[in-house]
Amino acid sequence: MMAKTPVQFSLNGSSAAVFVDDAQNLLDVLRRGVGDLTPKYGCGQGTCGSCTVLIDGEPHLSCLTLAETVEGRSVETTNGLAAGPNLHALQEAFMENFAAQCGYCTPGMLMAAKALLDRTPRPSREEVIEAISGNICRCTGYDPIIDAIMAASGQATRRTG
Amino acid sequence: MTVHKGRGFACINYPIGMNLGGDPSQALVHSTPDGKFMVSLSSIDLGQGMKSVTRQIAAETLGVPVADVYVDTADSDTGPHCMGSFASRGTHRVGNAVIRAATEARKALLEAAAEELEVNAADLETDGQGNIHVKGAPTRTITVADTAIAAQFKQGRTLSGRGIFLIPPSDVDPDTGEMTPVSCFAHAALVVDLEVDDETGEVTVNEINSAYEVGRALNPRLVEQQLIGGAWMGVSHALYETTEPYYPDRNHGPEDFNAYLMPGPGEVVDHNIAVLERPAEDAPFGGKGPGEMCANPVLPAIANAVYNAVGVRCDTLPITPERVLRGLLANGGARPQGVR
Repeated sequence: MMAKTPVQFSLNGSSAAVFVDDAQNLLDVLRRGVGDLTPKYGCGQGTCGSCTVLIDGEPHLSCLTLAETVEGRSVETTNGLAAGPNLHALQEAFMENFAAQCGYCTPGMLMAAKALLDRTPRPSREEVIEAISGNICRCTGYDPIIDAIMAASGQATRRTG
Repeated sequence: MTVHKGRGFACINYPIGMNLGGDPSQALVHSTPDGKFMVSLSSIDLGQGMKSVTRQIAAETLGVPVADVYVDTADSDTGPHCMGSFASRGTHRVGNAVIRAATEARKALLEAAAEELEVNAADLETDGQGNIHVKGAPTRTITVADTAIAAQFKQGRTLSGRGIFLIPPSDVDPDTGEMTPVSCFAHAALVVDLEVDDETGEVTVNEINSAYEVGRALNPRLVEQQLIGGAWMGVSHALYETTEPYYPDRNHGPEDFNAYLMPGPGEVVDHNIAVLERPAEDAPFGGKGPGEMCANPVLPAIANAVYNAVGVRCDTLPITPERVLRGLLANGGARPQGVR
């Protein structure tokens, strides 16, 4: 019989409390335990980035993060980006720049981009590329995503600049 | 060590859909009681924009705002039949089916409005903003919403339409062998500029310039989005991706994203696109759809550019540094095919 460990953390500003199994990863707890389906299961081994969430503001691969380690910490997912009916600037920019097709990588891209913009409000194009270099996209060719993040930071895109 | 520049060209005639066994798609359109229209399809949107484009087509045909049209692609078990989202057929085949379904639904809409306004349905027109009025008499008007309510609760009729678009199977002429395997072609031409390092064998694509003829671009931003993303995949297939690097030997194949190579955001190639619009006669509002064609011409253009740069003719993909180096070795060194 596996032991259950109580874990309490902040999820998008609200308090969350769950019992987690030994070795259960954060992605699984978010999706099945808490019901937040925005982080996506892609490769399950930390190579695709679609499960990216922020822990205390830093991007982490939730599929490789032991759920117990977020005890008392702050977790952010795409579910918390919009404020009521108002989309986050990144979400608006992803739409305006056609930065999503199938959409599976999008939550991970958004969270990797948010971590970047939170600490570097006006990043260079190279910094944007670096920030999403752990996230795989199969549809867009990346350029529209890079443009969207530049646009969200109030800077010119290739299209506009 | 020398880095050789090369330029390669490729063009493509791309068939839209296929009809060797017949190629049908169906659509159903009906209004809800509040005058919104639902388009039911089994055609799947996997990010290419099927829902957006069929929504535009339905709204344009019905004469109602795009915001008042919903597209439901819920379930291929229970929905109207569709052959599927492949062969770049979505816009053309499904779009034509939606036009037919929406045309029938529009006829029912105008008949219901005519009954309410006590006029002939042939004298009515829509303003595209949710109103129906008598031609030349804009004050004799009824909203689409009120028409739907009247149809539903007073007249007892549905505002609905059925549509199917079928390219029938093409028979082979027994005398000549002639047949018509496809009905509609899209076209493209593409130029790749790249560099080949003759010491490492590495190929770096610097720029792509392309022209795509896709009929009418029904949604220009979606067309551009597909062309950009598709060209990326073309570069990836040309230079990086394979599941069997030593085919036919199955060993050393990648088993995860660590070993399955793809260009990342740092390897994005500048891509200038010209979309040429020559509306096709048998296509919905002239639109053919870019589809698979957005990736295809990139591969031969890169192979030609590598040959142009160093004289190595790679006939196996992807064009890896190893293959370039083996070609250079066989040729006794780089043999640039043109001065740049």
